[in-house]
Amino acid sequence: MYLLVLGANSDTAHALAARFAQEERAHLYLASRDRELLEKRARDLALRHQVEVRPLVFDATDYASHAAFYAGLDPKPDGVALAFGYLGDQQEAQQNFGEAKKIIDVNFTGAVSILEIVAADFARRNHGFIIALSSVAGERGRQSNYIYGAAKGALTTYLSGLRHRLCPHQVRVMTVLPGFMATKMTEHLKLPGPLTASPEEAAGHIFRAYKKGRDVVYIKPLWRWIMMLIRNLPEFVFKRTKL
Amino acid sequence: MKLTGWGRYPEVEARTHSFETLGQLKRLLQEPEDFIIHGMGRSYGDSALAERVLFSRRFNKILDFDEAVGVVTCESGVTLEELIQVFLPRGWFLGVAPGTKQVTVGGAVAADVHGKNHHCHGCISEWVVSLDLLLPDGRVVRTDATEEPELFRATCGGMGLTGVILNVALRLAPIHSASMRETVIRCPNLEEAFRESEAHREATYSVAWIDCLARGEELGRSLLMLGEHAEPGPLTPTPPRTLTIPFNLPAFTLNRASISLFNALYYRRPPDRVEGRLTPLEEFFFPLDRIRQWNRLYGRRGFTQYQFVLPRESSFAGVRAVLTRAADSGLGSFLGVLKLMGPANANLLSFPREGYTLALDFKITDRLFPLLDELDRIVLDHGGRLYLAKDMRLTAEVFRRMYPAWEEFMQLRERYGMAAKFNSRQSRRLGV
Ligand SMILES: Cc1cc2nc3c(=O)[nH]c(=O)nc-3n(C[C@H](O)[C@H](O)[C@H](O)COP(=O)(O)OP(=O)(O)OC[C@H]3O[C@@H](n4cnc5c(N)ncnc54)[C@H](O)[C@@H]3O)c2cc1C
Ligand SMILES: NC(=O)c1ccc[n+]([C@@H]2O[C@H](COP(=O)([O-])OP(=O)(O)OC[C@H]3O[C@@H](n4cnc5c(N)ncnc54)[C@H](OP(=O)(O)O)[C@@H]3O)[C@@H](O)[C@H]2O)c1
Repeated sequence: MYLLVLGANSDTAHALAARFAQEERAHLYLASRDRELLEKRARDLALRHQVEVRPLVFDATDYASHAAFYAGLDPKPDGVALAFGYLGDQQEAQQNFGEAKKIIDVNFTGAVSILEIVAADFARRNHGFIIALSSVAGERGRQSNYIYGAAKGALTTYLSGLRHRLCPHQVRVMTVLPGFMATKMTEHLKLPGPLTASPEEAAGHIFRAYKKGRDVVYIKPLWRWIMMLIRNLPEFVFKRTKL
Repeated sequence: MKLTGWGRYPEVEARTHSFETLGQLKRLLQEPEDFIIHGMGRSYGDSALAERVLFSRRFNKILDFDEAVGVVTCESGVTLEELIQVFLPRGWFLGVAPGTKQVTVGGAVAADVHGKNHHCHGCISEWVVSLDLLLPDGRVVRTDATEEPELFRATCGGMGLTGVILNVALRLAPIHSASMRETVIRCPNLEEAFRESEAHREATYSVAWIDCLARGEELGRSLLMLGEHAEPGPLTPTPPRTLTIPFNLPAFTLNRASISLFNALYYRRPPDRVEGRLTPLEEFFFPLDRIRQWNRLYGRRGFTQYQFVLPRESSFAGVRAVLTRAADSGLGSFLGVLKLMGPANANLLSFPREGYTLALDFKITDRLFPLLDELDRIVLDHGGRLYLAKDMRLTAEVFRRMYPAWEEFMQLRERYGMAAKFNSRQSRRLGV
């Protein structure tokens, strides 16, 4: 199996790639921007798991490059894990549209751009699977991060449509809705321990869900209930909270 | 965040950063404030503590493996556990393994760790083919025993005070089985423990567990454990079952009675002598790793390990004096480990020297500190020294008497500007 990992420098993506190498003997295409890190990670995964690993420079917001990027993959991947994402700064995004646009571009537009190319190929071959990391933040807009939330919400909606479209082609699309994960994205934040997954834990959940053929998964079971509560709070209560 | 070493004492409030690439590390180095590297925090005291701390755990990539000679090149944040996981199934093991595999390669080199085979195979630095060191000015130099040997001798055992250890090329040892042949000999007292240790000098691995509460006739009664790598067999390790200590156990769980009980049980477990029992490798080398977070057994205030080494000729007298004093104090040491050591190496601050080392655990109490000062005097009188990786309280004056190369070390730190960049709570206390 060849797995294409988009945003491979994400800590979660790295752990997931290791999991696929370990358990599926998957060969890996690692695609991300930071070349120094990417090359090191590629060597490391290749040595640890004795699989073939190719580092590839890829920028989710360089839309024009995506078609050539995908055309350059030989052999074509059997699966794609999409993990790039940008949390950004909500305050900053309120004042500066540049930041808001970047949040939307990385989390949503970039994903649409590359996944459409992947989907066309998978549909043609009637083969392949897509695992994409969205976020619980996309389930309801909250004052503290609604721009990121909106981008992830759009991604979640997009993925549900893509799953619908590709189902007849036996191509599976899995939406992952992480709560908190202890990665470099959240290093500066204080996260509540019991609700926070390490990248390895998260990767384990994702991998097991993939094996079971699930469509939508939360990373820790508790998050399903938390989000059910948050989604269902009446607006007149919700808007008075500090969430 | 609040940070401690393995002994959970002392605790410091530290500003922490981590890095995964040399670029990120260099940016952190450029900031004016000094710092210390923190690996897995398995040093017991304050070696890896400071107001500003850089975590090396993300700097953990395995970069190369030369199968022909068994040399792995990896970043300093890789743990020994990871190396074992990757290379044991391929027939390679660590040349030197400390009592826990949950330490980083960088931490192991910085403390120049020793294992149960020190009398045969030396410290880990003797297995380091070369290492890359980040200096205060941002330069990276490759050092080994012959290239920039001065930096090499200061860095191995240098407790993070000479710069950041980046990549390490480490020679592994070929093995043919994931099992050990273990021999256990019961020694009714200290004389016997020494006699048996000497009689089995040729054993590759040798260590004795001492019942530290035994007194009088039984002082120093112990189990001497010897080991050899087993004959060819399966290389897939049997993962040992683990148990987690979920919270700080109240201090009274460690009163004399329970410690005595523990020791008595341990002591009675085997028959008089077990000859060449087949034991899983990880169980042989890392028995304590099976109990995760066992450091919580000592309660909220934490504990310390007092480890010293004495020259061969004064070992018996010195060990007896310390054991007697410790047992008399009633400050109950849970675990005592006695082991013979081979010749010292040329590194400035490496701990081992030819003779015997004894390690005793103590729960932190107010009465403990005067006792340890007393033990220091016994150790000094017998020409010995303490292990810096376990230390949290040694004074500058005593340290200098124990490590005569301190001056050379300090001069080197000044010359390279290291003293302005790399400092731990320990280095400030010891005045290096
Ligand atoms: C249960 C147990 C058993 C042990 N058994 C043994 C034993 O048998 N033999 C033995 O020798 N030791 C033993 N030790 C001690 C342990 O091996 C050392 O303290 C080791 O240094 C811990 O490594 P660490 O990664 O946790 O480093 P830390 O505790 O985080 O740091 C230790 C020192 O290394 C420095 N350091 C770490 N990484 C780097 C780097 N990349 N560059 C520069 N400096 C660095 C730190 O600044 C600090 O001074 C044992 C410890 C425990 C908890
Ligand atoms: N951490 C959490 O708590 C959490 C919670 C919910 C959802 N998520 C989502 O889960 C996914 C993984 O998160 P993580 O915490 O593992 O992430 P992470 O470690 O912070 O890594 C994110 C990665 O995204 C890559 N990236 C950013 N912009 C990119 C671009 N324009 N093109 C290509 N790659 C880009 C970066 O790669 P380079 O280093 O190469 O630039 C970066 O390494 C993300 O989509 C995130 O939004 C995370």
